[in-house]
Amino acid sequence: MALIVGYLVQGCQMLLILLLAPLLTGWVRTLKARLLRRRGPSVLQPYRDLFKLLRKEVVLADSASWLFRVAPYLIFAALWVAAALVPTFAGGLLFSWTADLIAIVALLGTARFFLALAGLDVGTSFGGIGSSREMMIASLAEPAMLMMVFTLSLLAGTTELSSVARFMLTADVGLRVSLALALLALVMVAIAENARIPVDNPATHLELTMVHEAMVLEYSGRHLALIELSASLKLLLYLSLLGCIFAPWGMATAGAGPAAYLGGAVIYVAKLAFGGVLLALFETSIAKMRVFRVDQFLGAALMLGLLGALLLFVSRSL
Amino acid sequence: MSLPLLLGLPMLLLAVGAYAIAAARRPDGGRQVYGIALFVCIVLLALALGHLLAGRAPTTLTLPLGLPWLGAHFRLDALAAFFLIVVNLGGAVASLFALGYGQHERAPERVLPFFPAFLAGMNLVLLADDAFTFLVAWEFMSLSSWALVMAHHQDPANARAGYLYLVMACFGTLALLLAFGLLAGPDGGYDFATIRAGTTSPGFAALVLMLALLGAGSKAGLVPLHVWLPLAHPAAPSHVSALMSGVMTKVAIYGFIRIVFDLLGEPVVWWWGGVVLALGGITAMLGVLYALMQHDLKRLLAYHTVENIGIIFIGLGLALAFQANQMYASAALALTAALFHVLNHSLFKSLLFLGTGAVLTATGERDMEKLGGLIHPMPWTALAFLIGAAAISALPPLNGFVSEWLTFQAILISPELPQWLLKFLVPAVGALLALSAALAAACFVKAFGITFLGRPRSPAAATARETDRYSLTAMFVLAGLCLLAGILPGLVVDGLAPVVGLLNGSARLIPQHHQPWLTLVPVVDVKSTYNGLLVMLFMALSGFGAAWLIHRLASDKVRHSPAWDCGFPEANPAFQYTAGSFAQPIRRVFGSIVFQARERVTMPPPGDSRPARFKVELHDPVWERGYAPIADAVVALSSRFNYLQYLTIRRYLSLVFGALVVLLLGMVLWR
Repeated sequence: MALIVGYLVQGCQMLLILLLAPLLTGWVRTLKARLLRRRGPSVLQPYRDLFKLLRKEVVLADSASWLFRVAPYLIFAALWVAAALVPTFAGGLLFSWTADLIAIVALLGTARFFLALAGLDVGTSFGGIGSSREMMIASLAEPAMLMMVFTLSLLAGTTELSSVARFMLTADVGLRVSLALALLALVMVAIAENARIPVDNPATHLELTMVHEAMVLEYSGRHLALIELSASLKLLLYLSLLGCIFAPWGMATAGAGPAAYLGGAVIYVAKLAFGGVLLALFETSIAKMRVFRVDQFLGAALMLGLLGALLLFVSRSL
Repeated sequence: MSLPLLLGLPMLLLAVGAYAIAAARRPDGGRQVYGIALFVCIVLLALALGHLLAGRAPTTLTLPLGLPWLGAHFRLDALAAFFLIVVNLGGAVASLFALGYGQHERAPERVLPFFPAFLAGMNLVLLADDAFTFLVAWEFMSLSSWALVMAHHQDPANARAGYLYLVMACFGTLALLLAFGLLAGPDGGYDFATIRAGTTSPGFAALVLMLALLGAGSKAGLVPLHVWLPLAHPAAPSHVSALMSGVMTKVAIYGFIRIVFDLLGEPVVWWWGGVVLALGGITAMLGVLYALMQHDLKRLLAYHTVENIGIIFIGLGLALAFQANQMYASAALALTAALFHVLNHSLFKSLLFLGTGAVLTATGERDMEKLGGLIHPMPWTALAFLIGAAAISALPPLNGFVSEWLTFQAILISPELPQWLLKFLVPAVGALLALSAALAAACFVKAFGITFLGRPRSPAAATARETDRYSLTAMFVLAGLCLLAGILPGLVVDGLAPVVGLLNGSARLIPQHHQPWLTLVPVVDVKSTYNGLLVMLFMALSGFGAAWLIHRLASDKVRHSPAWDCGFPEANPAFQYTAGSFAQPIRRVFGSIVFQARERVTMPPPGDSRPARFKVELHDPVWERGYAPIADAVVALSSRFNYLQYLTIRRYLSLVFGALVVLLLGMVLWR
């Protein structure tokens, strides 16, 4: 019985994040529009876009290969699994030990690998420029993220996220320099990985500023819907990650019962909403930087992450 | 019992090599030689696998060969058995591939006799149990692979690669010779049992470590001794490149492990680990950066071997550091990570080289800038290469990720190390490892994307054909093993346990196959776990589920049309991104520091119809700062003494007399 409930709760979490992801994207878009004194589309617009795209036919470039058609499903699968492994409303779920934080980072890498390949598949200059820049950004963002993982793991003694979240709730965490550095590094990586301003602009099709949008330029119909959904899932993943590590309050424990789960879910949605507000505020208050500034931005994130880890190697109390 | 058979089979390979001299010119000669090599490798593989999995005790054998007062000692233990598996798996797959690929060989008489000899040499290195046999087998392996590198020596680049390889191989063997000399001591106990029983003074032990790093490191491709590797590995025929890169570098790793972990034994000094760790980190980082700058597919793969050797040495360095501090449980994790990566790298690097061989047969081209779109004519080769590329980029759920994950876990338990230098070094090496993993992914997006995706950039690429069945079978065997080792890592770790126990004072990881769902649990109280099987299952479920639901409920229609490209599609394939342009952002970010990369654009004035020129300038720091000065000094010195070649007989005689007097005087003064 407990096993079936465990499966159910795990399934609920997977469905929840899938359903919430477009809402989060819509929420950030609406907020940004309001901040710019525009009315903006409804919060539900991403759902409508997805349904519209799903029903449309796919326009496939003549030079596209089987990889181009398989990649959206692979990317979606990798990102969904990765996002589902981040604790949201409850920690210690049935399959939470399947992959630790390092594996989640690597799953994001799998998704990125295939997205970059899909960008190169049709053989256009835009796809290439997007792929090439995406891999440059990732080559700095992924190590920065791993350094953040190091810091956490040295503190919590594990890379498994539920245990990390549980550790962060205990009293012996306290205020630490290394955690502040890790938080900063993670936020910077999250901005870069989700193609947000100032690294990339999610709303533009202006050729020279785009990275993510250039890669997916040839996609249409259901493939594009999956890619968009994956991008939303990725944003949700990073916000959940920030929430579960740096604001783990209100998370239910495994087997706590439906009421606790519901409470956890409400708090989780509130955390996401707050994260969305912060992101929208940040994005409207800053200008996009040119591409060869990104390496300095992410290099700083890498150094911050490394510094945090180094401090902990030197002394566990920092 | 199996040791005589294990020894007999390499001898059979040698005989096949001799037979191949006669058979090479016959049309079916290649088939016979590769067929027998395949069979022998499979038998050797089965014997070694049986020894390792049954956990048998080491067996020894002494033959009255070699030096009369020493004899030839052979021994089969868990370490040798594991490396025998790596060697013969690679050998079997390369032979299978060559059953098809070898048909295209222009000069079979230059390849066939040396291929079985090369395999025999590698097997004998692993079985040798005294310094003399070890070095003879080592040299045999070096020379037969040199002959294979020189198979197409008419190309001046290949001849140069062969020369450099020969110089570096001699240098490496010299270092090993000196290391064994120090280990054997003044009494000359050259068999490994005597060396193991004896002790070496700390100063000599450190010297042995350095010599082992030079000797085995130069064969494995440790920076800065790697310079020959990216030239020599690509010069050989592709199935031999796969063996050299995927397997021979592992024999070098075996040499290092045998000398440092087994023969040298305890006590280990802590800074040894630091040295190996730092070298490993630098090698990993520089290797992948070099690889990113290459547009020659085989050379790119060869530089990637350098990177992976770095990753293996990071694991070995951590293990040494832990052993020096008596932290054997942690050392077991680091050693398992290193050995797991040895196996993984032999799988995916062989696979990638074989895939390149298939591309080479189909197009005659190794330059990525002239390839492209090969996924359409060669879908199966592309799939196999893609699996290899994803595995080497450490993407879950494939095998490359597991060994990197284990290495990361080993790094994460290292703050317990008491030495301050190590406390600073380990996170820095961790950052280098993370950087090189991310850059490897970028590199293989480039390698696969430019070669197989997009549109063909040359007529040769446009008219390519899928490769033969043997080659495809060989590639898919390796691809399947990459996936299996990735989703069932616990079984591999259990298989490695006897090896780790042998090298680590019998401390090993806990058995993994009892864990629920075959989860990988390296350290019990740390609770960091990874389950490749479930990750794979979840991904398959969500991916196929999404595809099924969408095709069923939404739309499954497809319309074909020209590419959109933001409204400006261009028919000329030269408008695609090239390998050079793909690497440009990374070249600018990392290369401007490491390689002093400079880009120059010369634009003609307006109205002038000459084309604009774009030139990239790269400097190889290791070659220009390290090797070129030495080579220049040697040339200067030898040209200065050149006149000694043209003396009269009287002068030569007086020189001999003078030398004799000086030596005798020296002896008198020495006493």
